[in-house]
Amino acid sequence: MALLSGGRGHGYELKQALEQEFGSLLPELNSGQIYSTLARLERDGLVEGESVADDNRGKKVYRLTERGREVLRSWVNVPVPGSRLKDAFFIKFVVATSVGLADPLTMIEQQRREYFQSLRDLDARLAANGHSPTTELMVEGAVLHLKADLGWLDLIEERLVAGGSAS
Amino acid sequence: MTALLEACDLAKTYDTGGLPVVALNGVDLTVRRGEFVAVMGPSGCGKSTLLNLVAGLDRPSAGAVWFEGERIDQLSETALARLRRRRLGFVFQFFNLLPTLSAEANVELPLLLTGTSRREARRTARGLLADLGIGDKGRSAPSRLSGGQQQRVALARALANQPDLVVGDEPTGNLDSGSAREVLGLLREAHGRGQTLLLATHDARVAAAADRVVTLRDGRVFDDRTLGAARPVTLPFDPEPL
Repeated sequence: MALLSGGRGHGYELKQALEQEFGSLLPELNSGQIYSTLARLERDGLVEGESVADDNRGKKVYRLTERGREVLRSWVNVPVPGSRLKDAFFIKFVVATSVGLADPLTMIEQQRREYFQSLRDLDARLAANGHSPTTELMVEGAVLHLKADLGWLDLIEERLVAGGSAS
Repeated sequence: MTALLEACDLAKTYDTGGLPVVALNGVDLTVRRGEFVAVMGPSGCGKSTLLNLVAGLDRPSAGAVWFEGERIDQLSETALARLRRRRLGFVFQFFNLLPTLSAEANVELPLLLTGTSRREARRTARGLLADLGIGDKGRSAPSRLSGGQQQRVALARALANQPDLVVGDEPTGNLDSGSAREVLGLLREAHGRGQTLLLATHDARVAAAADRVVTLRDGRVFDDRTLGAARPVTLPFDPEPL
Protein backbone atom coordinates (compact mmCIF):
# COMPACT_ATOMS: atom_id res chain seq x y z
CA MET A 1 0.00 0.00 0.00
CA ALA A 2 2.87 2.34 0.80
CA LEU A 3 4.08 1.85 -2.74
CA LEU A 4 0.73 3.07 -4.01
CA SER A 5 0.69 6.17 -1.80
CA GLY A 6 2.63 8.12 -4.40
CA GLY A 7 0.23 7.41 -7.22
CA ARG A 8 -1.07 4.50 -9.25
CA GLY A 9 0.44 1.32 -10.51
CA HIS A 10 -0.42 -2.05 -11.88
CA GLY A 11 0.41 -5.41 -10.41
CA TYR A 12 3.55 -6.00 -12.39
CA GLU A 13 5.04 -2.62 -11.48
CA LEU A 14 4.31 -3.26 -7.81
CA LYS A 15 5.97 -6.64 -7.98
CA GLN A 16 9.07 -5.11 -9.48
CA ALA A 17 9.19 -2.31 -6.93
CA LEU A 18 8.78 -4.79 -4.07
CA GLU A 19 11.54 -6.98 -5.39
CA GLN A 20 13.84 -4.01 -5.71
CA GLU A 21 13.21 -2.73 -2.20
CA PHE A 22 12.84 -5.89 -0.19
CA GLY A 23 14.25 -8.53 -2.51
CA SER A 24 16.35 -10.39 0.01
CA LEU A 25 13.68 -10.20 2.73
CA LEU A 26 11.05 -12.11 0.80
CA PRO A 27 12.09 -15.52 -0.48
CA GLU A 28 10.34 -15.28 -3.80
CA LEU A 29 7.40 -13.23 -4.87
CA ASN A 30 5.03 -14.76 -7.30
CA SER A 31 2.66 -12.65 -9.28
CA GLY A 32 -0.26 -14.59 -7.84
CA GLN A 33 0.46 -13.29 -4.35
CA ILE A 34 0.55 -9.72 -5.59
CA TYR A 35 -2.72 -10.04 -7.49
CA SER A 36 -4.52 -11.87 -4.70
CA THR A 37 -3.35 -9.26 -2.20
CA LEU A 38 -4.55 -6.48 -4.48
CA ALA A 39 -7.87 -8.28 -4.94
CA ARG A 40 -8.28 -8.60 -1.18
CA LEU A 41 -7.43 -4.93 -0.63
CA GLU A 42 -9.93 -4.02 -3.32
CA ARG A 43 -12.62 -6.17 -1.70
CA ASP A 44 -11.93 -4.40 1.63
CA GLY A 45 -12.21 -1.06 -0.09
CA LEU A 46 -8.63 0.00 0.56
CA VAL A 47 -7.57 0.21 -3.08
CA GLU A 48 -9.54 0.52 -6.26
CA GLY A 49 -8.60 -1.00 -9.56
CA GLU A 50 -9.46 0.49 -12.90
CA SER A 51 -9.24 -1.35 -16.17
CA VAL A 52 -6.98 0.32 -18.63
CA ALA A 53 -9.10 1.28 -21.62
CA ASP A 54 -6.80 0.25 -24.42
CA ASP A 55 -5.79 -3.01 -22.85
CA ASN A 56 -7.60 -6.11 -24.00
CA ARG A 57 -6.04 -8.48 -21.42
CA GLY A 58 -7.97 -6.83 -18.57
CA LYS A 59 -4.90 -5.23 -16.99
CA LYS A 60 -5.80 -2.99 -14.07
CA VAL A 61 -4.11 -0.03 -12.47
CA TYR A 62 -4.63 0.38 -8.76
CA ARG A 63 -4.72 3.39 -6.51
CA LEU A 64 -5.42 3.91 -2.83
CA THR A 65 -8.92 4.83 -1.73
CA GLU A 66 -9.46 7.49 0.93
CA ARG A 67 -10.03 4.72 3.46
CA GLY A 68 -6.87 2.94 2.27
CA ARG A 69 -4.94 6.12 2.81
CA GLU A 70 -6.29 6.37 6.36
CA VAL A 71 -5.39 2.76 7.19
CA LEU A 72 -1.91 3.30 5.81
CA ARG A 73 -1.51 6.50 7.81
CA SER A 74 -2.48 4.84 11.06
CA TRP A 75 -0.12 1.92 10.36
CA VAL A 76 2.67 4.43 9.93
CA ASN A 77 1.71 6.45 12.99
CA VAL A 78 1.41 3.66 15.53
CA PRO A 79 4.79 2.95 17.13
CA VAL A 80 6.01 -0.64 17.08
CA PRO A 81 6.05 -2.35 20.50
CA GLY A 82 9.18 -1.62 22.50
CA SER A 83 9.71 -4.60 24.75
CA ARG A 84 11.31 -7.70 23.36
CA LEU A 85 10.60 -10.22 26.07
CA LYS A 86 10.68 -13.17 23.75
CA ASP A 87 14.25 -14.26 23.22
CA ALA A 88 15.15 -17.45 21.40
CA PHE A 89 18.26 -18.08 23.48
CA PHE A 90 16.50 -17.55 26.78
CA ILE A 91 13.70 -19.94 25.90
CA LYS A 92 16.25 -22.59 24.97
CA PHE A 93 18.27 -21.85 28.08
CA VAL A 94 15.36 -22.16 30.49
CA VAL A 95 14.01 -25.30 28.88
CA ALA A 96 17.37 -27.06 28.58
CA THR A 97 18.69 -26.19 32.02
CA SER A 98 15.45 -26.88 33.87
CA VAL A 99 15.40 -30.49 32.70
CA GLY A 100 19.15 -30.89 33.08
CA LEU A 101 19.83 -31.19 29.36
CA ALA A 102 22.75 -28.78 29.40
CA ASP A 103 25.21 -27.10 31.68
CA PRO A 104 24.02 -23.50 32.04
CA LEU A 105 27.49 -21.95 32.06
CA THR A 106 28.43 -23.87 28.92
CA MET A 107 25.29 -22.68 27.19
CA ILE A 108 26.00 -19.09 28.15
CA GLU A 109 29.58 -19.33 26.95
CA GLN A 110 28.58 -20.86 23.63
CA GLN A 111 26.03 -18.14 23.09
CA ARG A 112 28.54 -15.45 24.05
CA ARG A 113 30.96 -16.83 21.49
CA GLU A 114 28.25 -16.68 18.84
CA TYR A 115 27.42 -13.07 19.73
CA PHE A 116 31.08 -12.05 19.53
CA GLN A 117 31.39 -13.75 16.18
CA SER A 118 28.21 -12.01 14.98
CA LEU A 119 29.61 -8.65 16.09
CA ARG A 120 32.71 -9.42 14.06
CA ASP A 121 30.59 -10.36 11.06
CA LEU A 122 28.59 -7.13 11.27
CA ASP A 123 31.65 -4.95 11.70
CA ALA A 124 33.23 -6.56 8.67
CA ARG A 125 30.04 -5.83 6.74
CA LEU A 126 30.28 -2.18 7.78
CA ALA A 127 33.95 -2.02 6.82
CA ALA A 128 33.12 -3.29 3.33
CA ASN A 129 32.45 -0.65 0.74
CA GLY A 130 29.33 -0.04 -1.22
CA HIS A 131 26.55 -0.05 1.35
CA SER A 132 23.91 2.61 1.63
CA PRO A 133 23.48 4.81 4.74
CA THR A 134 20.27 2.89 5.41
CA THR A 135 22.15 -0.40 5.48
CA GLU A 136 24.67 1.16 7.81
CA LEU A 137 21.91 2.19 10.20
CA MET A 138 20.42 -1.29 10.07
CA VAL A 139 23.74 -2.92 10.89
CA GLU A 140 24.57 -0.38 13.62
CA GLY A 141 21.20 -1.20 15.20
CA ALA A 142 22.02 -4.90 15.18
CA VAL A 143 25.43 -4.12 16.75
CA LEU A 144 23.81 -2.22 19.61
CA HIS A 145 21.35 -5.06 20.22
CA LEU A 146 24.21 -7.56 20.27
CA LYS A 147 26.11 -5.49 22.81
CA ALA A 148 23.01 -5.47 25.01
CA ASP A 149 22.64 -9.23 24.53
CA LEU A 150 26.24 -9.74 25.65
CA GLY A 151 25.59 -7.62 28.73
CA TRP A 152 22.51 -9.69 29.42
CA LEU A 153 24.48 -12.95 29.24
CA ASP A 154 26.84 -11.49 31.84
CA LEU A 155 23.86 -10.71 34.05
CA ILE A 156 22.38 -14.21 33.69
CA GLU A 157 25.74 -15.71 34.55
CA GLU A 158 26.25 -13.39 37.50
CA ARG A 159 22.87 -14.35 39.00
CA LEU A 160 23.56 -18.00 38.33
CA VAL A 161 26.91 -17.96 40.05
CA ALA A 162 25.63 -15.85 42.94
CA GLY A 163 22.62 -18.10 43.51
CA GLY A 164 24.44 -21.42 43.05
CA SER A 165 23.72 -23.71 40.14
CA ALA A 166 20.34 -23.24 38.53
CA SER A 167 20.01 -26.75 37.22
CA MET B 1 53.43 -16.75 14.21
CA THR B 2 56.05 -16.93 16.93
CA ALA B 3 55.43 -15.95 20.54
CA LEU B 4 56.24 -12.28 21.00
CA LEU B 5 55.07 -12.15 24.54
CA GLU B 6 54.71 -14.90 27.07
CA ALA B 7 53.47 -14.51 30.60
CA CYS B 8 53.55 -17.52 32.92
CA ASP B 9 51.62 -17.96 36.13
CA LEU B 10 51.55 -14.23 36.77
CA ALA B 11 50.38 -13.05 40.15
CA LYS B 12 50.10 -9.58 41.57
CA THR B 13 49.12 -8.68 45.09
CA TYR B 14 48.82 -5.07 46.17
CA ASP B 15 49.62 -4.23 49.72
CA THR B 16 47.22 -1.45 50.59
CA GLY B 17 48.04 -1.31 54.28
CA GLY B 18 45.12 -3.49 55.33
CA LEU B 19 44.38 -6.86 53.78
CA PRO B 20 46.49 -7.60 50.70
CA VAL B 21 44.47 -7.25 47.49
CA VAL B 22 44.96 -10.01 44.94
CA ALA B 23 44.73 -8.46 41.48
CA LEU B 24 46.07 -11.38 39.46
CA ASN B 25 46.21 -14.96 40.53
CA GLY B 26 48.06 -17.30 38.17
CA VAL B 27 47.54 -15.91 34.67
CA ASP B 28 49.14 -17.40 31.56
CA LEU B 29 49.05 -15.37 28.38
CA THR B 30 50.82 -15.76 25.06
CA VAL B 31 50.68 -13.17 22.29
CA ARG B 32 52.11 -14.16 18.94
CA ARG B 33 53.67 -11.73 16.52
CA GLY B 34 51.01 -10.14 14.33
CA GLU B 35 48.19 -11.15 16.62
CA PHE B 36 45.43 -8.84 17.93
CA VAL B 37 44.42 -9.92 21.42
CA ALA B 38 41.67 -8.28 23.45
CA VAL B 39 41.41 -8.66 27.22
CA MET B 40 37.91 -8.31 28.62
CA GLY B 41 36.30 -8.65 31.99
CA PRO B 42 34.41 -6.68 34.61
CA SER B 43 36.03 -3.75 36.41
CA GLY B 44 38.55 -4.95 38.94
CA CYS B 45 39.15 -8.28 37.17
CA GLY B 46 42.84 -7.49 36.68
CA LYS B 47 42.89 -6.29 33.06
CA SER B 48 44.98 -3.19 33.66
CA THR B 49 47.26 -5.00 36.08
CA LEU B 50 47.94 -7.68 33.48
CA LEU B 51 48.75 -5.06 30.85
CA ASN B 52 51.03 -3.16 33.21
CA LEU B 53 52.93 -6.34 34.06
CA VAL B 54 53.47 -7.57 30.52
CA ALA B 55 54.45 -4.09 29.33
CA GLY B 56 57.04 -3.67 32.05
CA LEU B 57 55.22 -0.81 33.77
CA ASP B 58 54.95 -2.80 37.00
CA ARG B 59 56.49 -5.96 38.43
CA PRO B 60 54.67 -9.19 39.24
CA SER B 61 54.57 -10.62 42.76
CA ALA B 62 55.16 -14.05 41.21
CA GLY B 63 55.51 -15.55 37.76
CA ALA B 64 57.53 -14.48 34.75
CA VAL B 65 57.22 -12.37 31.59
CA TRP B 66 59.20 -13.11 28.44
CA PHE B 67 59.44 -10.66 25.57
CA GLU B 68 60.82 -12.35 22.48
CA GLY B 69 62.48 -14.99 24.60
CA GLU B 70 64.03 -12.52 27.01
CA ARG B 71 62.83 -12.53 30.58
CA ILE B 72 61.90 -8.93 31.40
CA ASP B 73 60.19 -8.99 34.80
CA GLN B 74 63.50 -8.79 36.60
CA LEU B 75 65.20 -6.22 34.39
CA SER B 76 66.51 -3.01 35.94
CA GLU B 77 64.35 0.12 35.75
CA THR B 78 66.69 1.54 33.12
CA ALA B 79 66.54 -1.56 30.96
CA LEU B 80 62.74 -1.65 31.28
CA ALA B 81 62.44 2.00 30.30
CA ARG B 82 64.60 1.30 27.29
CA LEU B 83 62.48 -1.70 26.28
CA ARG B 84 59.29 0.35 26.60
CA ARG B 85 60.68 3.20 24.55
CA ARG B 86 62.02 1.11 21.72
CA ARG B 87 59.78 -1.89 21.44
CA LEU B 88 56.40 -0.96 22.92
CA GLY B 89 53.76 1.62 22.13
CA PHE B 90 51.06 2.68 24.56
CA VAL B 91 47.54 4.00 24.13
CA PHE B 92 45.58 4.97 27.22
CA GLN B 93 41.96 5.73 27.97
CA PHE B 94 42.70 9.39 28.76
CA PHE B 95 45.22 9.84 25.92
CA ASN B 96 48.05 11.00 28.26
CA LEU B 97 49.40 13.53 25.78
CA LEU B 98 51.79 16.16 27.06
CA PRO B 99 49.60 19.28 27.24
CA THR B 100 52.40 21.78 26.65
CA LEU B 101 53.55 20.18 23.41
CA SER B 102 51.83 20.38 20.03
CA ALA B 103 50.30 17.22 18.56
CA GLU B 104 53.29 16.86 16.28
CA ALA B 105 55.80 17.31 19.09
CA ASN B 106 53.99 14.64 21.11
CA VAL B 107 54.51 12.19 18.28
CA GLU B 108 58.14 13.27 17.78
CA LEU B 109 59.01 12.73 21.40
CA PRO B 110 59.47 8.93 21.42
CA LEU B 111 61.49 9.24 18.20
CA LEU B 112 63.81 11.88 19.65
CA LEU B 113 64.18 9.81 22.83
CA THR B 114 65.49 6.89 20.80
CA GLY B 115 68.02 8.94 18.90
CA THR B 116 66.18 9.80 15.70
CA SER B 117 67.28 13.09 14.18
CA ARG B 118 65.02 16.10 14.64
CA ARG B 119 64.35 16.35 10.93
CA GLU B 120 63.60 12.63 10.55
CA ALA B 121 61.35 12.72 13.64
CA ARG B 122 59.35 15.59 12.19
CA ARG B 123 58.98 13.84 8.87
CA THR B 124 57.80 10.60 10.52
CA ALA B 125 55.40 12.42 12.86
CA ARG B 126 53.81 14.35 10.00
CA GLY B 127 53.46 11.18 7.96
CA LEU B 128 51.79 9.32 10.81
CA LEU B 129 49.38 12.13 11.61
CA ALA B 130 48.44 12.33 7.95
CA ASP B 131 47.93 8.54 7.81
CA LEU B 132 45.61 8.79 10.79
CA GLY B 133 43.58 11.56 9.17
CA ILE B 134 44.74 14.53 11.25
CA GLY B 135 47.57 15.83 9.10
CA ASP B 136 46.22 19.36 9.52
CA LYS B 137 46.28 19.26 13.33
CA GLY B 138 50.01 18.90 13.86
CA ARG B 139 50.48 22.38 15.28
CA SER B 140 47.49 22.25 17.60
CA ALA B 141 47.80 21.84 21.34
CA PRO B 142 46.08 18.67 22.62
CA SER B 143 43.57 20.77 24.57
CA ARG B 144 42.27 22.21 21.30
CA LEU B 145 41.58 18.77 19.84
CA SER B 146 38.52 16.58 20.29
CA GLY B 147 38.81 13.30 22.19
CA GLY B 148 38.89 11.31 18.99
CA GLN B 149 41.62 13.56 17.55
CA GLN B 150 43.66 13.33 20.75
CA GLN B 151 43.45 9.55 20.64
CA ARG B 152 44.66 9.62 17.04
CA VAL B 153 47.65 11.65 18.15
CA ALA B 154 48.24 9.14 20.94
CA LEU B 155 48.02 6.30 18.44
CA ALA B 156 50.50 8.06 16.15
CA ARG B 157 52.82 8.43 19.12
CA ALA B 158 52.41 4.75 19.97
CA LEU B 159 53.25 3.72 16.40
CA ALA B 160 56.14 6.18 15.95
CA ASN B 161 58.97 3.79 16.78
CA GLN B 162 57.39 0.89 14.86
CA PRO B 163 57.02 -1.01 18.12
CA ASP B 164 56.83 -4.79 18.30
CA LEU B 165 53.71 -4.47 20.42
CA VAL B 166 51.09 -1.79 20.98
CA VAL B 167 49.43 -2.04 24.38
CA GLY B 168 46.13 -0.23 24.86
CA ASP B 169 44.18 0.20 28.07
CA GLU B 170 40.58 1.04 27.15
CA PRO B 171 41.64 3.02 24.06
CA THR B 172 38.01 3.79 23.17
CA GLY B 173 36.74 4.03 26.74
CA ASN B 174 36.57 7.81 26.83
CA LEU B 175 35.29 8.45 23.31
CA ASP B 176 31.83 9.02 21.88
CA SER B 177 30.58 6.17 19.74
CA GLY B 178 31.54 7.78 16.43
CA SER B 179 35.12 8.53 17.51
CA ALA B 180 35.37 5.11 19.13
CA ARG B 181 34.46 3.52 15.81
CA GLU B 182 37.05 5.60 13.97
CA VAL B 183 39.82 4.81 16.42
CA LEU B 184 38.88 1.14 16.28
CA GLY B 185 39.08 1.33 12.49
CA LEU B 186 42.60 2.76 12.74
CA LEU B 187 43.67 0.09 15.20
CA ARG B 188 42.27 -2.52 12.86
CA GLU B 189 44.19 -1.00 9.96
CA ALA B 190 47.41 -1.05 11.98
CA HIS B 191 46.75 -4.71 12.73
CA GLY B 192 46.12 -5.29 9.04
CA ARG B 193 49.64 -3.96 8.35
CA GLY B 194 51.01 -6.57 10.76
CA GLN B 195 51.01 -4.61 14.02
CA THR B 196 50.70 -6.80 17.12
CA LEU B 197 48.05 -5.43 19.49
CA LEU B 198 47.10 -6.18 23.08
CA LEU B 199 44.08 -4.19 24.21
CA ALA B 200 42.10 -4.20 27.42
CA THR B 201 38.54 -3.17 26.75
CA HIS B 202 34.99 -3.08 28.07
CA ASP B 203 33.68 -2.62 24.58
CA ALA B 204 32.50 -5.86 22.99
CA ARG B 205 32.82 -4.25 19.60
CA VAL B 206 36.54 -3.61 20.11
CA ALA B 207 36.97 -7.15 21.40
CA ALA B 208 35.13 -8.58 18.39
CA ALA B 209 37.71 -6.97 16.09
CA ALA B 210 40.48 -9.01 17.76
CA ASP B 211 41.74 -12.43 16.71
CA ARG B 212 41.43 -13.64 20.29
CA VAL B 213 39.39 -12.53 23.26
CA VAL B 214 40.77 -13.37 26.68
CA THR B 215 38.28 -12.95 29.52
CA LEU B 216 39.51 -12.40 33.05
CA ARG B 217 37.46 -13.01 36.18
CA ASP B 218 38.76 -12.38 39.66
CA GLY B 219 42.36 -12.27 38.56
CA ARG B 220 42.26 -15.48 36.52
CA VAL B 221 41.80 -16.32 32.84
CA PHE B 222 38.20 -17.41 32.61
CA ASP B 223 38.09 -17.93 28.88
CA ASP B 224 40.39 -17.57 25.89
CA ARG B 225 38.47 -17.76 22.64
CA THR B 226 39.75 -17.45 19.11
CA LEU B 227 37.31 -15.75 16.77
CA GLY B 228 36.87 -17.01 13.25
CA ALA B 229 36.98 -15.03 10.03
CA ALA B 230 33.94 -12.83 9.53
CA ARG B 231 31.00 -14.69 8.04
CA PRO B 232 28.90 -13.13 5.30
CA VAL B 233 25.94 -11.14 6.60
CA THR B 234 22.57 -11.48 4.94
CA LEU B 235 20.48 -8.37 5.35
CA PRO B 236 16.71 -8.75 5.57
CA PHE B 237 16.47 -6.12 2.88
CA ASP B 238 18.83 -3.67 1.28
CA PRO B 239 16.84 -0.59 0.45
CA GLU B 240 18.04 2.35 -1.50
CA PRO B 241 19.26 5.27 0.64
CA LEU B 242 16.57 6.96 2.69
